[in-house]
Amino acid sequence: MKNRTFLQRIIGAPYIFWAAVFIVVPLIIVVYYSFTDAAGNFTLDNMKNLSDYGQIFRDSILYSLAATAISLILAYPFAYVMSRKREKTQQIMMVLVMLPMWMSLLILTYSWMNILERQGIVNTFLTKIGLSPMTLIGTPGAVIFGMVYNYIPYMILPIYSVMSKIEPSVLEAAEDLGSGSVSKLYRVILPLSMPGVVSGITMVFVPSVSTFYISQKLGDGKILLVGDIIERQIQGNYNYNSGAALSFVLMVLIILSLALMKLFAGEADDSLYV
Amino acid sequence: MLNHEKNIIELKNITVRFDGETILDDLNLTIRDGEFVTLLGSSGCGKTTTLRIIAGFLEPDEGEVFFDSKNMNGVPAHKREVNTIFQRYALFPHYNVFDNVAYGLKVRHVPKDEIRERVMEMLRLVNLEGFAKRSVAKLSGGQQQRVAIARALVLKPKVLLLDEPLSALDAKLRKDMQVELRNIQQATGITFIFVTHDQEEALSMSDTVVVMNEGKIQQIGSPEDIYNEPQNAFVADFIGESNILDGVMKEDFKASFSGHTFRCVDKGFAPGEAVDIVVRPEDVDIVKPENGMLRGTVTSVTFLGVHYEIIVDIGGFKWMIQTTDYAGVGDTVGLSIDPDAIHVMKKSKYSGLYGDYSTFSDEMEEMNQMSEELAEEYAEELAAQRAEEEEEEKDDASGGSAEEGAGT
Repeated sequence: MKNRTFLQRIIGAPYIFWAAVFIVVPLIIVVYYSFTDAAGNFTLDNMKNLSDYGQIFRDSILYSLAATAISLILAYPFAYVMSRKREKTQQIMMVLVMLPMWMSLLILTYSWMNILERQGIVNTFLTKIGLSPMTLIGTPGAVIFGMVYNYIPYMILPIYSVMSKIEPSVLEAAEDLGSGSVSKLYRVILPLSMPGVVSGITMVFVPSVSTFYISQKLGDGKILLVGDIIERQIQGNYNYNSGAALSFVLMVLIILSLALMKLFAGEADDSLYV
Repeated sequence: MLNHEKNIIELKNITVRFDGETILDDLNLTIRDGEFVTLLGSSGCGKTTTLRIIAGFLEPDEGEVFFDSKNMNGVPAHKREVNTIFQRYALFPHYNVFDNVAYGLKVRHVPKDEIRERVMEMLRLVNLEGFAKRSVAKLSGGQQQRVAIARALVLKPKVLLLDEPLSALDAKLRKDMQVELRNIQQATGITFIFVTHDQEEALSMSDTVVVMNEGKIQQIGSPEDIYNEPQNAFVADFIGESNILDGVMKEDFKASFSGHTFRCVDKGFAPGEAVDIVVRPEDVDIVKPENGMLRGTVTSVTFLGVHYEIIVDIGGFKWMIQTTDYAGVGDTVGLSIDPDAIHVMKKSKYSGLYGDYSTFSDEMEEMNQMSEELAEEYAEELAAQRAEEEEEEKDDASGGSAEEGAGT
C-alpha cells in the first residue's frame, strides 16, 4: 500500500512540476504585473486605465459571439447529416473537417489575406468579369469569417460525437409515436445533442475572443480586438503591466463564461446515455 | 377460435431488395383484426423487414400495403396507426418514465389532465405505478421493456408491432413477459404482430404463426397446425424435433418408409408418389424387438429429466425417440408407430436437406461434412503422393539402382 502511493507520487511528480512551472507560476506573474507599476509598486492604475478599452472588449465579445453563432448554425446540420451517413462516408467527412486543422493557423490566415485582398484573387476575378472590386479585407465580416473558418471544426466535432451516439432506433421510435421531422428535432435530437452544442460553443468562443492574429491580418489593422491590444502593449510599448491587466480581465471573462456554460450543460448531460 | 373476420392489414406481392439481394420475395400476408400473429424464422429470413414495412420505416420495392383496405404506400411512419416495440426498447434517455410514456400524447397535443390520467393508467397496467419519476437509465431490462409497452399502448394503436421484444431478457422473466403480453393482448383486443426466432415462444403465445425462410412464407397456421401438419421439411425441422424420412405413398392411408409399410391417416397422393415423412420423437414407442415394426440398435441415451432422448440406428438412419422407457446403448429395440403419428408431406426444395439425428445442429453437420471432405481430399493427396513415389521407384528400378524392399 505504502509502495503504491510512493509509486503514484513518483509517476505524478513530473506532471505536477510541469503544471507548477508552466501554468501556476505564469499565472501568478500575470496577476503580479496587473497590480504593480513599472517600478514594482502596488497600484490599481492598470485596472482603472482599462476603461479606455471598453469599446474593444465589447467588439471582441460581439465578434466572437457572432462567429460562434454562425459556426453553430453551419455545424449543427452538418454534424447531424454526417452522423447519419454510413461508416465509410463518415470517415471521409471527418478527414475533410480535420484537414484544415493540420495546417498552421498562420498559413491559413495568410492565404485568406491573399484571397480577400484589394488585388486578391476574389477581386481580380470580379474585375475580370466586369464588376467593380469590393472591399473585403479590413471589414468586421472578414474577421468574423476568419474566426468561423478557423474554429468551426471545434464546433462540428463535439456535436458530431454526441449525435453519433444517438441510436437510430430512438429516432425511429420518435417517428413511430407520431413525430414528424420538426417535432423529432426539438423533442429528441436537440435535447440529446445539447452537451455537444455546449462544448462546441465554448471551444469556438474562447479562442475567438482572445485571438489577435486573425483580426490583425484579416482586419488589416483597422479592427482591434483585446488580443491585439495585449500584443501591442507587450510587444510594442513594452508595457507589461497594462498587458497583464488586460490579460487578467480577459481570463476572468472567459472563466465566467465557461462557468455559465457548465451551468447549462449540468442540466443537460446528467445520465444521458445508458 | 377468432370471430374477427375483418382484415386489418394486407400485404400484397411485397418484394424488397438490398444491394441486389432479395430480402422479401413476392410476399402475401393477411392479418385479421384482433389476432395475435407471430412471424417466426431465423435471422435473415425477412421477418423484421416485413415488420418495418408495416411500421412505415421501409418502402417495399414492389407490392402494396393496405390498412383497413386503404393503401398505405408512401405514408410515413408518424402518420400510421401502428406502434412498435423495438428490440432494444429505444426509450428516450433524456426523459423519465412518465415523459417517455407521455411522448406520443404530447406530440398529439392531448390536454395535460388527460395525458396525466392516461399515462398513470398505463403505468398501472404494466405494474410501474411508482416509477413515474424514475430516469429510464436506472431501470432493469424488464422494467424498460414495460415502459416501452406502455409508451406504445397509451396511444391505443390498432396494431402493435413487436420486434423480438423478449430476446434481451433472461429465461424466467421471458416466460412471465410472454404470459403478460398475451394477457394484455386479450384484454385490449389490439392486433399484435410479434417477431421472434424462438419457436417455443411463437407456439405458446400466438393465434397464428407465420413461418418464414429466405424471404418467403413457408406456412401460415395455428400453432397446432404448424406443429402437427408441417407443410414441408423446413417447417418440420424448424418447429420442434422431427425425424424426416424419404418415403413412398403406396395408396391412400398406406405409407412406406424404412423398409416397412405403415398404416397412416393421410390421403390424396398419387399411388407410388415419393414423399417426405415426419415422425415426432415423442410419438415413437420402444417395444420388444419381435413386436416392433422397425428394429434397430441404440447408439446413445441422454437423460433429460422428463424423459430419455434415445438415438436408434435403423439401417444407417439415426432416429430420435423421446420416451420414459429406458434402453441401454447397444441394445436392439423395436419401434412402434401409431397411424396418426405419421405425417406425410409433399416433396419440396427442402427435401433431403434435413437429415437424421447423427448431429443436432446444421453447423455440426457442416463441420462433419467438411472434415469428411477434407479427410477425403487428404486421402486422395496421400494416394497421389504414393503413386508418384511408386512411379519414381519404378523408374529407379528400371534404371537399375533400386533399393528393393524399402517398402511403400
